[in-house]
Amino acid sequence: MKDKLEQIKAAALDSIAAAADLDQINEIRVRYLGKKGELTTILRGMGALSAEERPLAGQLANEVRQSIETELGRKTEALKEEEKLGRLQEETIDVTLPGRPFQVGRRHPLIMVLDEIKDIFLGLGFEIAEGPEVELDYYNFEALNFPPDHPARDMQDSFYIDEGILLRTHTSPVQPRLMEKRAPYIPVKAIGPGKVYRRDDDATHSPMFHQVEGFIIDKNISFSDLKGILLIVVRQMFGEDREIRLRPSFFPFTEPSAEVDVSCIMCNGKGCRVCSNTGWLEILGAGMIHPNVLKMSGYDPEEVTGFAFGIGIERVAMLKYGIDDLRLLFDNDKRFLAQF
Amino acid sequence: MRVSYKWLREYVDIPVSPEELAERMTMAGVAVENIEYPGKGIEKVVTAKIEKIEPHPDANKLVVCRINTGSEILQVVTGAPNVREGQVILLALVGGEIPGMKITRAKLRGVESFGMLCSAQELGLDPENFPPAQREGILEFPEDTRLGMDARELLGLDDAILELELTPNRADCLSMTGVAREVSAVLGTALKLPEIRVAEIEEAIDGKVTVEIKNPELCGRYVARLVRNVKIGPSPVWMQQRLQAAGVRPISNIVDVTNYVMMEMGQPLHAFDYDKLAQQAIIVRRAREGEKMFSLDNTERELNPDMLVITDPTGPVAIAGVMGGLDTEITGETGSVLIEAAYFKPAGIHRTSKNLALRSESSARFEKGIDINGCLAAADRACQLIQEMGGGRPVKGAVDNFPAPPANPVIRLRPERVALIMGIPVPGEQVRDIMTRLGFGVTEDGSDFMVEVPTRRGDISTEIDLIEEVARLFGYNNIPTTLPEGASTEGRKSEAQVMADTICNLMAECGLNEIITLSFMNPRAFDMLNLPQEHTLRNAVTVQNPLSEEQRVLRTTMLPGILDILSRNTARKNRDLAFFEMGRIFIPEKGLKLPQEKLTLAAAVMGKTRAGWQSAAQEMDFYYLKGVLETLLDTLNIRKYNLVPENREISCHPGRTARVEIGGETLGVIGEIHPNVAENYRLNERVYVMQLDVETLLRFAGGVKQYSPLPRYPAMERDMAIVVSKDIMAGDINRIIRKSAGNLLERISLFDVYQGSQIKEGFKSMGFSLRFQSPERTLTDEEVNVIHQKIQQALKDNFQAELRG
Repeated sequence: MKDKLEQIKAAALDSIAAAADLDQINEIRVRYLGKKGELTTILRGMGALSAEERPLAGQLANEVRQSIETELGRKTEALKEEEKLGRLQEETIDVTLPGRPFQVGRRHPLIMVLDEIKDIFLGLGFEIAEGPEVELDYYNFEALNFPPDHPARDMQDSFYIDEGILLRTHTSPVQPRLMEKRAPYIPVKAIGPGKVYRRDDDATHSPMFHQVEGFIIDKNISFSDLKGILLIVVRQMFGEDREIRLRPSFFPFTEPSAEVDVSCIMCNGKGCRVCSNTGWLEILGAGMIHPNVLKMSGYDPEEVTGFAFGIGIERVAMLKYGIDDLRLLFDNDKRFLAQF
Repeated sequence: MRVSYKWLREYVDIPVSPEELAERMTMAGVAVENIEYPGKGIEKVVTAKIEKIEPHPDANKLVVCRINTGSEILQVVTGAPNVREGQVILLALVGGEIPGMKITRAKLRGVESFGMLCSAQELGLDPENFPPAQREGILEFPEDTRLGMDARELLGLDDAILELELTPNRADCLSMTGVAREVSAVLGTALKLPEIRVAEIEEAIDGKVTVEIKNPELCGRYVARLVRNVKIGPSPVWMQQRLQAAGVRPISNIVDVTNYVMMEMGQPLHAFDYDKLAQQAIIVRRAREGEKMFSLDNTERELNPDMLVITDPTGPVAIAGVMGGLDTEITGETGSVLIEAAYFKPAGIHRTSKNLALRSESSARFEKGIDINGCLAAADRACQLIQEMGGGRPVKGAVDNFPAPPANPVIRLRPERVALIMGIPVPGEQVRDIMTRLGFGVTEDGSDFMVEVPTRRGDISTEIDLIEEVARLFGYNNIPTTLPEGASTEGRKSEAQVMADTICNLMAECGLNEIITLSFMNPRAFDMLNLPQEHTLRNAVTVQNPLSEEQRVLRTTMLPGILDILSRNTARKNRDLAFFEMGRIFIPEKGLKLPQEKLTLAAAVMGKTRAGWQSAAQEMDFYYLKGVLETLLDTLNIRKYNLVPENREISCHPGRTARVEIGGETLGVIGEIHPNVAENYRLNERVYVMQLDVETLLRFAGGVKQYSPLPRYPAMERDMAIVVSKDIMAGDINRIIRKSAGNLLERISLFDVYQGSQIKEGFKSMGFSLRFQSPERTLTDEEVNVIHQKIQQALKDNFQAELRG
């Protein structure tokens, strides 16, 4: 009996080990453990054994059944795993095939720069003011302290619509417009982004371009505050290790006035082609709001002071994206626009 | 303004290089744009004497010269036409260079040559600055010129020319002495201005000249001096060289002196032939209507009362400050010269020179404003120079008609105001020092300074002007960096600004590239849009002085801009285009000075979407663009809108265009461009456009979307296919379905529209998927069947719809 059981066990384990798939495993299960299986049959024959032999044989038979079941289970798992691996292998795809094309459009680089500048100033507590593009001479020039015979007021340089009406030549008119509304309330902190127009059309000038005007009016605003704000803005726009340099200049609506340079973003100030070997890039004009401008728009220059600045967006966009030809910005070639 | 470094050093101590000077000046507000080195590219070019000339054995046009450089004798072959023995010339030595060329030993037709004789052109100089005989051939110098002398030294080219880019307020720097004063203030070094002393003859000017100013509002001062025994000839070489450095061509001694003094002192002068002035009387007045005069450039000028003229009793002899007259011009025969040094008002000169389209160094200075107190000194200086160079003998005294000499302004400068504006207190001593360096007078009044500003600094009239002077000489970059204190402010976009951003971002997300086109348009574009003559869009804001006809008017519609861009891209073989732009259109308003500026969104698509290896390209048709519109309206939470067929949009396809209506208002139009218009723009594919009024969009935008609870009970789906006449619109069917279904109908999706072989002619089949749901309970088959029946009945009643199996 014992020998018989040992034989069955050995034969079963051998065939389990040799089984190649789950069907064979099932067959083995039926062959040995099924109702008519070999082991079952043997157990049925236990009745013929003596009372002493029976428990021993029973125990042995159980051990054999256990081993066969364990081995069947283990082999089943192994075969399932093997089959899964095989399936996964089958399912391999070419991951280098291109993805499904999404049709996504792009914002215009000038608009993206405008947005970035707006965000910087919003973070500094500036509001966004707007003004008309067809503007009164009063707001474009007179309220900004331009003398009547200033060359910018010439037909040569500005687009005129009518006597006293022109396309604004800068975004500065938002200053007197907003001041008139707010005076004598302080503080006023605003930027005025938008389109401006001048009678120039060549490789480096477009008759329409974009500026952002910005200004603050409050008690005790000083030139050093102007420097502080500009430094923050320049560093946010061009990187934390940028420096600024201010050169005295002249604008009718600010005094003292300055041209503001930023250390070259290409060469870090060492000198290169982009900065004409000066290490500096001129990016904006600024200054303390002229007392006449404050006065004309309803503020007392003895009580409040302010600063103002104007940034040309095209230049910033060209620097930021490495665009070497201004005309590309207004050319609207799909191959250009899709790059951003 | 071109400033010779060498010349400038005569007037002020400059212990620094031209480059450092340029940097220091720039950082103090007088920008040096460029430094030009006139001697650049000229090396080892020396004076030499031609000792002997022999014919070339092998060439008719060449000669062989023996040339003495002072230290050696060299053989040089030349083809210059004007060589002769004994001549002193410039020789470029072997190993030296002239602009664009290195000099080497050469053999010309077999004869060795050790150098090259130089013409003006070969040295990079303007031949016009030399006597006519030398303009073609080599340059020639007086026989007593030292041999072996460096050409740069001889020609005054050992210099650096600083090109100033002056801001309009710094007219005082339009002269060498003005720049010298600025340099002295910036560097803190000593001024050495020339001493003016005129050696006069016995004869006095009294009774020889009268000056009458009829229009003091245009002429504030007129100084006249008289010079006798004039001998016209060339001016001295040093003066010619300085004029050339300043960019002025030497002409003759008297004219050169007037130009030289203008460059030196900033005062334009004019010289008249005294004997040709009738009755020796100068009358300064406005020109009379119809008056004419030949100007120095031999052009007859029509004058008018807007212009100031210098006249004698017979008529105009000069256009004040702009150009002299031909009749009183200095000529070789001139014996006596009347020198004018006047002050003309800037605005008048600006108008006159603009009207005559005549600009000169003189008018440019008057326009920007000269020093009214400098006239007499300039006239004296001219007389001094003429006398010193032997060009004539100045008569004693001057006629100085100066109706209202202005006093120097005295301005209060408060130190606390300086500190407030600059953001840093500047010690009183330093403020005083800066003012003194600028040549301003300083006294004290309590803690304030009283600053007297000379009239040459016409840009300074108020305290803020003085503060700017302090700031720039203190150094902008020495001012600290601080941040504004004071009340904090909220930085935020207005609702409209936020929404405009949302709209544009959404358009990009929907696959359209953003473009920026000019606000101008060509009035011809109205024709290209096929608009009839009386169409309202043709009523546009006109630019008086456009750069071209293409930019004659401001756009009243965004279409031409976006169609132009489609057209341009198509011409460049860029296909499958999808663009949008948000910008303003300009609508003239009766009774208002300024036009209405309406923010408008435009979009256009043409061609197909991108295809992939798995997905086919999709036609960007009406429904593509409508999908964009629907997404946009949904994002803005606008639910109630209608697309109404529109066949009156002249630029659009009559059967493929819709007006977008919200709350009884027109939001805009969406549709296909009319084939005629497409053809006008050379677009060979169907183009779909949409134009929406942004303000209307914002007005109807639904605000923040409100959450509705997720359904707790299952939905039931029913599909339904009907056949209807092909003219029946989906929108109408939708409406009837909704109406008949009641509120348990949660969603209608149209999944199929078919016209073709299985459907009878003139009909179409439409497949709808209907979804029923209740927020309160699970619906039963029976009740959904009842609703479904009702819908089918309603469709039958309304559209004679047939159900398909």
